Amino acid sequence: MIYDAGSYDVAVIGLGHAGCEAALATARLGLKTVAFAINLDSIALMPCNPAIGGPAKTNLVREIDALGGQMAINTDETLIQERTLNTSKGPAVRALRAQSDKKRYQFNMKYTLEKQENLDIKQAEVVDIEVENGEVKSVITKNGARYMCKSCIVTTGTYLRGRIIIGDVSYSGGPNGLFPANELSKCLERLNIKLMRFKTGTPARVDKKSINFDAMEIQPGDEKIKPFSYLHDEINVEQIPCWLTYTNSKTHEVIMRNIDRSPLYSGEIKGVGPRYCPSIEDKVVKFPDKPRHQLFIEPEGRNTNEMYVQGMSSSMPEDVQIEFLRTIKGLENVKVMRPGYAIEYDCIDPTQLKQSLELKTISGLFFAGQVNGTSGYEEAAAQGLMAGINAAMKLLNREPFILDRSEAYIGVLIDDLVTKGTNEPYRMLTSRAEYRLILRQDNADFRLTEKGRQIGLVDDERYERFLKKKIQYEEEMERLKNAMIVPSDFVNEYLKSKGSSPIVTGITMYDLLKRPEIDYISSKLIDKDRPEDIRDDVAEQIDINIKYEGYIKKQLEQVEKFKALENKKIPSWINYDDIKGISIEAKQKLKSIMPTSVGQASRISGVSPADISVILIYLQSRR
Amino acid sequence: MIDDTIAAISTAVGEAGISIIRISGSDAIKIVSGIFKSKRNIDLKTVRSHTVHYGFICDSESNEVYDEVLVNVMKSPHTYTKEDIVEINCHGGYVPAKRILELVLKNGARLAEPGEFTKRAFINGRIDMSQAEAVIDIIRSKTALSNKYAVMQLSGSVKDKINEIKKDLVALIAHIFALMDFPDEDVEIFNDGELIDGIKNAIKKIDELLDSSEKGRIIREGLNTAIIGKPNVGKSSLLNALLNENRAIVTDIPGTTRDIIEEYLNIKGIPIKLIDTAGIRDTDELVEKIGVERSMEAINKADLIIFVFDNSRPLEKEDYEILSIIDDKNVLYVLNKIDLPSMIDLNEIRRISNEKYISLSSVTKEGFDVLENTVYSMVMENGLSNNEFLLTNMRHKDALLKAKENLMSCLNTIESGLTEDFVSIDLNAAIDNLGLITGETANEDLINEIFERFCVGK
Repeated sequence: MIYDAGSYDVAVIGLGHAGCEAALATARLGLKTVAFAINLDSIALMPCNPAIGGPAKTNLVREIDALGGQMAINTDETLIQERTLNTSKGPAVRALRAQSDKKRYQFNMKYTLEKQENLDIKQAEVVDIEVENGEVKSVITKNGARYMCKSCIVTTGTYLRGRIIIGDVSYSGGPNGLFPANELSKCLERLNIKLMRFKTGTPARVDKKSINFDAMEIQPGDEKIKPFSYLHDEINVEQIPCWLTYTNSKTHEVIMRNIDRSPLYSGEIKGVGPRYCPSIEDKVVKFPDKPRHQLFIEPEGRNTNEMYVQGMSSSMPEDVQIEFLRTIKGLENVKVMRPGYAIEYDCIDPTQLKQSLELKTISGLFFAGQVNGTSGYEEAAAQGLMAGINAAMKLLNREPFILDRSEAYIGVLIDDLVTKGTNEPYRMLTSRAEYRLILRQDNADFRLTEKGRQIGLVDDERYERFLKKKIQYEEEMERLKNAMIVPSDFVNEYLKSKGSSPIVTGITMYDLLKRPEIDYISSKLIDKDRPEDIRDDVAEQIDINIKYEGYIKKQLEQVEKFKALENKKIPSWINYDDIKGISIEAKQKLKSIMPTSVGQASRISGVSPADISVILIYLQSRR
Repeated sequence: MIDDTIAAISTAVGEAGISIIRISGSDAIKIVSGIFKSKRNIDLKTVRSHTVHYGFICDSESNEVYDEVLVNVMKSPHTYTKEDIVEINCHGGYVPAKRILELVLKNGARLAEPGEFTKRAFINGRIDMSQAEAVIDIIRSKTALSNKYAVMQLSGSVKDKINEIKKDLVALIAHIFALMDFPDEDVEIFNDGELIDGIKNAIKKIDELLDSSEKGRIIREGLNTAIIGKPNVGKSSLLNALLNENRAIVTDIPGTTRDIIEEYLNIKGIPIKLIDTAGIRDTDELVEKIGVERSMEAINKADLIIFVFDNSRPLEKEDYEILSIIDDKNVLYVLNKIDLPSMIDLNEIRRISNEKYISLSSVTKEGFDVLENTVYSMVMENGLSNNEFLLTNMRHKDALLKAKENLMSCLNTIESGLTEDFVSIDLNAAIDNLGLITGETANEDLINEIFERFCVGK
C-alpha cells in the first residue's frame, strides 16, 4: 500500500554532509524541502576520522562558507581542538584542521536543520524514485509513503548496498552499525544509471581508560584558534590534545603473519579503495622498508572515552586488530570498543552528470557526495551545497551555478568528476588545483561572497561583514602605495632588527612590504599614519598580495588563457556525428561527456588538440 | 589555444630573393618591437597600421645583428587572421629566416601548426562558411602528416631522454605535494640542496638535448654525408647512381629543408646532404686532387661516411691512410664494382669493416637496396652512435626551451627564499612543456607518484 505523504519542491535522500548542505540550501532559497535519513540520529555522521579540514579540504570548507553553506559554522561551534598546518610553507597550502566533537557536530547540525524554515526532516529509507517523461515526479519510502517532488537530490554516501567486511566476517550494513540502503540501487539501475563499486575503511575506536598516554607524545592545539567561518572572529574553548605514537616491527610482524586473513589480499574485497587512505596492512605490505608508521590517537568528543586510532585503518579480523594494536607503545593493554572495518558500497559514475550535478538523462535528478565516487566530509558537503543551489536555480528558472577551475576548489572537484570521472574514491588535493595560488583558503570570501549573495544564500550579516573587510583592504592597499617612508635612524634601526637592509632614499610602504622579511603588522612601528583598526585577516591579505604579487600575476595570466577556451561554449544541439574529421574515440567520449565548453572538451582524455581545432571550426561555421 | 601568438616562415622553402616570417596574435607587435632596431628608433608599438619599416633584427640579449629587414605592421582587424600581424622580410635562403624565426619564438611566440594562420583566419570569421570543410580537411591531413613526421623525428633515444627528465621532475614535484598535502605525516623533508640539484640536473639534461638539436638538423636539413675513397674506386658512379634514383624532392612538410649550396638526395625520406658536392662530382678534379688531406676536411664535416673500396683492385696504402683518420666516425664500408672480377682481399675487408660491409655495383645496381636500407636504419632506428640524441623538430626545441625557462624560474624562486609550493608552480609548467613533446599529460602521473613513493594517508 502506498499512501500520499505530501508534495514538495525538493526531496533530499540522505542527510550526511552532502545532504545537510543540499537541504539547507534549497530550503533557504525558499523551496519546500523534505529530507530523509535512515536514522535521524545519524544526521551529519562522521563515520571515519573526527576531523574537518586539512590541505585543500580547508579551502573547500571556507568556499562553502563564503557561499552561505553550513559546514564551517558547524565546525567552529563544535570543535575541541584546532591546528594550522603548513605554517612554514606558502599561503597557497596553509590549512586548518579542527578536531570535532562528533556527537555535538551531529546534533548541532540536526538542530540547525530542524529550525530551518521550509525544511521537513524524516526518518525513512527511500526505496524508489519515480520518473515520468524523463522528469522526477516523486520518491517512495520503504513504509509506503509517496512524496511528490519536482527535484530530487541523491546524497546516499556509502549506504547503497553497503557491505561491512571485518576479516573473514562480512555482512550487509551501512556505516558505523547503521542499516544499509539495499533497494535504491535497483531503482537507479532501472533508471539506466551506471553504478560502480567502491570501498573505504576505518580504524578501531579504543577506550581512553585503557591507554597509557605517558608513553606517547602530546599533540596540543594551537594557542589561538582560527575560525573556519568568515562569520566568526574568535573561538574560545578548552582544547583537548591528540597523542602521537608509532607502529613497530612487532606490529608489522603480527600483520604479516595474518596477512592471509586479510580480505584485501584474499580477494574478499572487490571494490576499489582509495590509495590515499591505505589500511595499515596495505602500508606494511607496500612499504616493507619503513620501520614504523605514525599513529595519532584522537578524541572523538568531549563527553566520550572513545578514541580514534588514526593511521590504523584495517579490515583484518577483530582478534588480529586487537593483537596488533597491543604491540604499540601506550596501547599495550588497550581495549577495543569498535573494531575497524572496510565498507563496500555502490556509487555512480559521475561522468553521467552535468556540471550542475544534475543527471544528464533525467531532468531534476541531482547527485552529490560520496555517491558520486568521492571521499571525505568536505568534498561531500561542497557537492551537496552545489547540488542544492542548482536544484533551486532550476526550479526558480535561473541559470545553473557553475564554478570553474580558476574560481574555486569546488570547481576543480566537480569538473574533475564530471569530465574525467574517477576510478577510486576521489579526494581533493592541492596538486589537483592548477591555480592554487589564487584559490587560497584565506581569500575564499573575496572569491565567492558576491556570488553567494547573487544566489541568495549570503544573508545581510555575512554580506555586510564582507563589504567592511573588503573596503578596509582596498583602502589600506591604496594608502600603502602612497605612504612614503623616509630614511631615518629609527626606520633603519627597525629594518636592521628585521634583518633587512637600510634605506637611503624614500620608499613607499607598499614597496617595503615586498621584502620577505618585513611583515605588515610589525611595520606599524615605522608607518605612522596607519589606521588603528586594521583587522588581522585584512593584514594577512595585504601581506600575501604584496609579497607574492609576481607569482599571483603569473597565475592570473594562466587563468586568462584558461578562460579563453572556457568561454567558448558548445551548444547543447551540437551533433558530433555531423562533424567530419573527429577521431572515433573522441567522438564517443564527447557524446557521452557532453562538454559545455571547448575548454572542458579539451580536458577529456582521448580528445586531441586536432579534434579541438575541428570543433572550433565547426562551431564557427554554424554561427 | 587561439589567444597566443604564432609564427612561421611563410615563404616557400628554396632559393628566393627574400623570405618572410609571419607573426600573428595579440603579442605579435610587442614581440617584434623587442628585436627590431631602426636607425630612427622607431617603436613598432606606436606605428600606424599597414606601414613598412626598415631596420635590423637583433638579439637584445647578445646584441648580435641577425639581418637587415623590412617589417610590415598590420593591426587587427584588417588582416588575414583578423589579429595583429607582423611580417618580417629578410634576405632569402633558409638560414637567415630560420634564425629570425627562432629568435621570435624565444621572445614569446609559438611555432604555428600547419595551416594555423588559415585556421585562425577562419575562426576569427575572416573566411567564408563554405570553406569550412576544406579547412578542416587541410588541418586533418596536415596534422596527420606532421604528426607522423614528428613521431618519426622523435627518435627513441630523445623520447627516452625527455621521459627521463620528466620522470625526475615528477618525482620532485610529487615529493613537494606529498609534503604539502600530508603535512602531519612523516614524509621526509628534502635534504639540503636536493631540490636545487634535481632542478639543475634537469636543466643540464635539457641543455644536452638542446645542443643535440644542432645535430638534429640531420633529419631537418640533411645527413651530412661524404663519399670517400682513393681515386678511381667509383665514388662518382656511386653518387650518380644514387642521384638518379633518389633525386631530392623539396616538400612543404615542416622541418624538411635543403641548403641550396649542397647537393641533396633523399633516401626513404631521409634527406642526404652530400658534402662538398662539386668536388666529389667533378671526377677529373677528384682523380687528380683528392688525397688524404682533402678527405680529412670532408670527414670532419660528415655525419656519415661512405668509404668505398674497389673490388677489382687490391688494397693499397691509400686505403689504409684514409682508414686511419676515420676510426671514430660513422662509417659505411662499401665494396664497389662487384660486377668485375674480385682482386681484393675479402678477409681484410671483413676485418676492417668488422664483418659489416655492403657489396654493390653502380653499374648493375646490385646491392643498392641494401645500402639504402642500411642508411635509413642507421639514422632512424639506431640513431648515429656519436649523435646519441637527435632533436630534430623545431616544435620540440621550442617546448624544451620553455621548460628550461620554467626551471630557471624555479631556481630563482628557491634563491629568493620562497617555499617549495612556489617552486611547484613553475615545476608544473616545465613538466607540462615536456609533456607537449612526448604527448603525455602529467597530472595523473603525479598523483600516482605521490602514492607510490610516499606512505601517506590515513
